[in-house]
Amino acid sequence: MFEVFGVSSQALFGQLLIGLINGSFYALLSLGLAVIFGMLNIINFTHGAQYMLGAFVAIFLLQYLGLGYWWALVIAPLVVGATGIVVERLFLRWLYQLDHLYGLLLTFGLALMIEGTFRNFFGSSGLPYSMPPELTGAQNLGFMFLPNYRAWVVAASLTVCLATWFVIERTKLGAYLRAATENPTLVRAFGINVPRMITLTYGFGVALAALAGVMAAPIYNVSPQMGANLIIVVFAVVVIGGMGSILGAIITGFGLGLIEGLTKVFFPEASNTVIFVVMAIVLLIRPTGLFGRSI
Amino acid sequence: MVAAAQVGAPATPTRSRSELVAFGAMVLLLVVLPAFVYPVFLMKALCFALFACAFNLLIGYVGLLSFGHALFFGWASYLAAHLAKVGQLSFPIWLGAWQWVTIPLPPLSPELAILGGTATAALLGLIVGSIAIRRQGIYFAMITLALAQMMFFFAVQAPFTHGEDGIQAVPRGRLFGLIDLTDQMNMYITVAVIFLASFLAIYRIINSPFGEVLKAIRENEPRAISLGYRTDRYKLMAFVLSATFTGVAGATKAIVFQLASLTDVDWPTSGEVILMTLVGGLGTVFGPVLGAFFMVSMENYLTTEIGQWVSVVQGGIFVFCVLLFRRGFIGELAHRMRVRL
Repeated sequence: MFEVFGVSSQALFGQLLIGLINGSFYALLSLGLAVIFGMLNIINFTHGAQYMLGAFVAIFLLQYLGLGYWWALVIAPLVVGATGIVVERLFLRWLYQLDHLYGLLLTFGLALMIEGTFRNFFGSSGLPYSMPPELTGAQNLGFMFLPNYRAWVVAASLTVCLATWFVIERTKLGAYLRAATENPTLVRAFGINVPRMITLTYGFGVALAALAGVMAAPIYNVSPQMGANLIIVVFAVVVIGGMGSILGAIITGFGLGLIEGLTKVFFPEASNTVIFVVMAIVLLIRPTGLFGRSI
Repeated sequence: MVAAAQVGAPATPTRSRSELVAFGAMVLLLVVLPAFVYPVFLMKALCFALFACAFNLLIGYVGLLSFGHALFFGWASYLAAHLAKVGQLSFPIWLGAWQWVTIPLPPLSPELAILGGTATAALLGLIVGSIAIRRQGIYFAMITLALAQMMFFFAVQAPFTHGEDGIQAVPRGRLFGLIDLTDQMNMYITVAVIFLASFLAIYRIINSPFGEVLKAIRENEPRAISLGYRTDRYKLMAFVLSATFTGVAGATKAIVFQLASLTDVDWPTSGEVILMTLVGGLGTVFGPVLGAFFMVSMENYLTTEIGQWVSVVQGGIFVFCVLLFRRGFIGELAHRMRVRL
């Protein structure tokens, strides 16, 4: 045991770990937003609701089909991603020619509908979702206890983020995606089905949100409004990082999670607001965001 | 910037009599309606109508979508409620060390309380605006939303707001020390006068040379810059004006309902005002008023019928308007009749 500025190492590392966990979710969600924005030019306000849907699908799978966490980790993103594809085909595709703001308004409306419906059926209080038995328990690292599940969340989120980065930046499929982002008309002229690519990209971004939801289910309470406040923080993260860069979204997500954790130790009153303060400062110094290009 | 032209009304400088006729009809309705409708409902609708008009100044005429206008609405209502009930202001200030500075004020009369709430909103508008106008489009929306959420958390934590309880039992007092506002009709006339005066002021701003520059920025900002306009200053000025009128609405609402609560600073309120403006017609003069009356009456009557489903219905209206009804009621009417409204 040792102390840093009058704070015990136990508390400090504990909060840093929580910060890292929150950062994992910020990274996953802002990554999904960035991928969707890159392709569709739409800020997906429904993202928080889709994150919540992921967690609820995990609960339904357990209740009605008896399928546990590991199944949910695969099935929930597929199911919610499929609903995302339906949303894109039914609604979003009519908006690509319009001002970006209409996309924001439409997805905001969808979020209200989804969250309102769930609040009616499940109330505002949360439902518990138990941890998978393989990941209960904790490791003693000498300076702190590391719960296995939390270590898994950080590792899994980091892996998914880096894999997404790899696919987009280093593979042929990713090259098509980036080309279609730059100039969709030209890419279509080369015989690539850009509308289908757009649909699948949206489905993938939504699936990322659902995956984050499943991973969050054992840690946070599963409740209809679990995504509503989170998405606003994630918006701030996206503004700080700038949406031009995938790697930027990941680094900013984890970094801000850590900053939030540190604030909880040293100045707990500000822990809710610190990310917004960072956002204001970044905007004053570097208006395009840390990793952003000007749009 | 072709896409941007689709938000708001066309910038045709022609004048028409249609606006005068519509204004006359609106004043007539405000005079007649209290005989048929519950005045408290009308006052609520008028506060939200002013809120929507102020919001429309920004989205309809500069093309900036603020997702954080609840911030100005809510904080103006907090300050107005506090000034009317307690009066005394105390805040921490850095003088080598943090110290509490107290301005001893008695509880103020309603007009001064509303003025104080409005000034707060203007100041917050200046701060938030100068940060937010550094980015455009959806970034602007996300930044305003984030800053509003930050100020929501301040409202939760600040002692004078009384957290979840809000500031309750705010006295309505006597206007200018003379007119007793506890009388429902006096209060209604006051609110109607505040609404009409602000409405005319906003109308004047929209049709001034300043307003024409705002529309030019909305249509083509690079071109406005190349013509020598400092567009950032115009946008900031528009933002502060919008926040100020939002403050008038919020402060008045606090006096009318004798309550300032967290609901008014929370993000669903920001969404609601967007919906009101969208339903009525973005960038139309009368659209926000009609939209506010429509949404407030819908909430009033539906809450008893379907309770919690109101937010689902609101979401549905959002989706419907964005997909099929982008001009809104008044915008559609003006388009069909080829007049300006």
